[in-house]
Amino acid sequence: MSNKKNYGMVIDTRVCVGCSACVYACKQENSVPEGYCRDWVVQESGGEYPKLTMENRSERCQHCDNAPCVTYCPTRASHYDENGTVQINRSLCTGCKACMAACPYDARYVHPEGFVDKCSLCRHRIEQGLETACVSICPTGSLNLVDFNNMNEKTRALLRGKLVYRQKEHAGTEPSLHWISASNKPGA
Amino acid sequence: MSQGQNISRRDFIKISSIFLAGSTALSAGAAQAFSGADSAAGDEGSKVVYSFCEHCFWRCGIAAHVRDGKVYKITGSDHHPLSQGKLCPRGTGGTGLLYDPDRLAHPLIRETKDGRQFYRKATWDEAITLVAEKLYGIKEQYGPGALAMLHHGYGVSFFKNMFSQIGVNKYAKPSYDLCCGPARQATVLTYGYPSDTPEGFDMKNSKYMVFFGTHFGENMHNTAVQEISEGIRNGAKIVVFDPRFSTLAGKAEHWLPIKPATDIAMMQGLMHVLISENLYDKTFVEAHTVGFDELWNSVKEMTPEKVSEITDIPADDIRTVAREYAFHAPAAFVHTGRRTNWYGDALQRIRAIHILNALVGNFKMPGGVVAFQKFPLVQPPPAHEHPAYEKEVHSKYPFFPDDEPSNTIASHEIVQQAISGEIKGLLIYGVNLPETMTLGRDKAIEAMKKAEFVVAVDVLPSEVTGYADVVLPECTYLERYDDLDNGRAFRTPFVALRQPAVPPMFDSKPGNQIAKMITEKWGIHGAFPPSVEKGLDKKLKLVGSSLAEIRKKGVLVMPETDLYRKPGEALNLKTPSGKIELASARLEAGGFDAVPRYTPHPEPPSGFYRMLTGRKPMLTFGRTANNRFLGDLATAKENEVWVNNHIAEKHSLENGEYVHLKNQEGVVSEFPVKVKVTQRIRTDAVYMVHGFGHTSAKLTWAHKRGASHNQLISKTEIDPAMGAVGFQNNFVTFIKEA
Repeated sequence: MSNKKNYGMVIDTRVCVGCSACVYACKQENSVPEGYCRDWVVQESGGEYPKLTMENRSERCQHCDNAPCVTYCPTRASHYDENGTVQINRSLCTGCKACMAACPYDARYVHPEGFVDKCSLCRHRIEQGLETACVSICPTGSLNLVDFNNMNEKTRALLRGKLVYRQKEHAGTEPSLHWISASNKPGA
Repeated sequence: MSQGQNISRRDFIKISSIFLAGSTALSAGAAQAFSGADSAAGDEGSKVVYSFCEHCFWRCGIAAHVRDGKVYKITGSDHHPLSQGKLCPRGTGGTGLLYDPDRLAHPLIRETKDGRQFYRKATWDEAITLVAEKLYGIKEQYGPGALAMLHHGYGVSFFKNMFSQIGVNKYAKPSYDLCCGPARQATVLTYGYPSDTPEGFDMKNSKYMVFFGTHFGENMHNTAVQEISEGIRNGAKIVVFDPRFSTLAGKAEHWLPIKPATDIAMMQGLMHVLISENLYDKTFVEAHTVGFDELWNSVKEMTPEKVSEITDIPADDIRTVAREYAFHAPAAFVHTGRRTNWYGDALQRIRAIHILNALVGNFKMPGGVVAFQKFPLVQPPPAHEHPAYEKEVHSKYPFFPDDEPSNTIASHEIVQQAISGEIKGLLIYGVNLPETMTLGRDKAIEAMKKAEFVVAVDVLPSEVTGYADVVLPECTYLERYDDLDNGRAFRTPFVALRQPAVPPMFDSKPGNQIAKMITEKWGIHGAFPPSVEKGLDKKLKLVGSSLAEIRKKGVLVMPETDLYRKPGEALNLKTPSGKIELASARLEAGGFDAVPRYTPHPEPPSGFYRMLTGRKPMLTFGRTANNRFLGDLATAKENEVWVNNHIAEKHSLENGEYVHLKNQEGVVSEFPVKVKVTQRIRTDAVYMVHGFGHTSAKLTWAHKRGASHNQLISKTEIDPAMGAVGFQNNFVTFIKEA
């Protein structure tokens, strides 16, 4: 058991239906202004008729361990916090968008009030011992908040024997979102 | 359909914006409410109110988070068995309804001056007096059968009680005819009890789930989606027969793009394989069912090869599904689905599904068909004996339910009777009739124009309110009490409370007060408890609880019931035979097929495509059409028409371009709709989500977004056995923008 936390997510795309409850819950929880969102849903289908495939994903900031947004932020507004997440200090942010150019996941937007905003992994909730708004509302249980320094047996069992990937690993960002592929066969 | 001057007793009135809620002050309030803040816990003046949702019929438990008198967030109730802390997107969107700047703010009365019709703002007393006089006058002049109510929503119980005081008993819920009705009656005929919500399938423990064209995942039925997900995590396989590669098909081991309108043939083919290959549960079938020989005779000729020709699914795939299904049984089922009526033969289609279940002996087995229980709420003794008319059924359809007190006639029968003049007065509660696919838009409008008096009770200025003589603004479900909800059956039977999170806004009132005011205006006192709170408390005291107690968690929950049968246990079903009826003597006696048989349905004319419909996960048709909060996502802003890539090429359609649609009778969509070119649909059908293309300019968000599916329904098929409405024999083609 490590005292240092390293929060991220395990996202089970086998069950995600792309309903977007996570997006609406986040918008209410985090006062995200109309027309913007901190998380979003991607529905990707492939294959040739009638052998089609589909993956639904609830995406957001990947809270990278080697985050380009932190590296390239000239004012240190973007920073790592003690929970292993990436946060933005609004008062230091000048809205220069260097972070947005650097982020390979397109996870950020400019808030109408001038600062750059993105998923905070509901830091304020984690500090109260709560799950993130998106995790707690998700009807399918696709979203799992995980402290990767202290993984429990439930998470290990969820990952065991599955095809699990991270996005754009070649970018060297060490993202903290882990995806259980929809291509896993039933009972994998 | 003619809408000639001769029938235009009532013109559509555009409600003037000065009677709506959209003042600057409110808009600011709404924006503030949306903006919320970072944390709920521990804030001054903040509270959590437990209630249940009204954004769809599932009625999940919600937690409304209130701060400074405003609801800023809605989450799933941890205490409510149907939510278990989770919520679908629509449930979160209550704020978008509550703070909708287009809300009806005052009672409105239709007036005519210098040949021009308009609404004027009225006081509640004026409006109630007029409604009470007109309804009572019609009842006195023509009898109670000249009044009827179309309803949708949980607040209706008060209006039923109101009408019952003057002998009116014609009630119809259009959703019953379009959605759950056939499943309910097919279950009565096969198992002897009505199907329920959630449907009786042990999904989380199932190993093999077969679905015919039902769209869980796009239909965000919270509990069902939770259980399917749990099933998937436990290794269940999913099979989907659907002309469209739906979200659920995306989870399937087998997606079988069946030719539309041939489901019953496929079900017969599966029965053929189960029986001819001896895969069915012989012991169970012999002990607990009747009509096996008749069933076999009816499917003997339905070989996989023959069924393949009808359904466009390879014979080997039919065999594979039947064999896998039998292998996983009894932890396997075929789901009855929701919105079950497509072609007017839904009762038989659902019967065929029930037979597929019975053949593998999955009744009351883990992972199979189960019967969830309801919370046994004790009804207080009535002040007087219930008169005989409360038990009357007015439908002419022989298998229309006779035990559903809020549904005594089919909605299309009410529309027809209003057109024919038999019904003179209509109370329309929460139904946006012109956009409700009961007989199509034109008939709905004709019915409202012909009726002598129409009163609409609604929250928003939806199209229906433009045809009413009086519009009564009800407050939203977040601002009122309704009756207790023990109408949902589940693993842990429960009764739930709807309670206000905030007081009613503007000059709106809860349905319980509106109905009481009308009843008292008739001079009838004592029909309602002195206050809605006292009535709820009295009912709760009878089960050893109280309003004060249930308010804390919004629900009383019983322990989990035992859903499974024991070896050798008798089923004691309430069918005439006491067994599961594979062949139904009752249907036969009524002049219908005792066992389901495939009959062909019309094919699309050349260049036309069958119009299929469904929904988006964040929207519930009219209930959410004007919801700015839910509409904010790009995927929610409009509907698209899904067109197969080969068909798009044939018509030179580009992905993302806008076209008008034209149906087989020449009806052209008022508004253009965006084309989605995709492999995810067959070449003989197109698909569009219902509930878009609103014509009421007072729905300032919904107006002109997407195209109306309802407008393109010119043809309906009524199920001759139980009266449900099918509407998928409508075909459309594309008109490219000039």
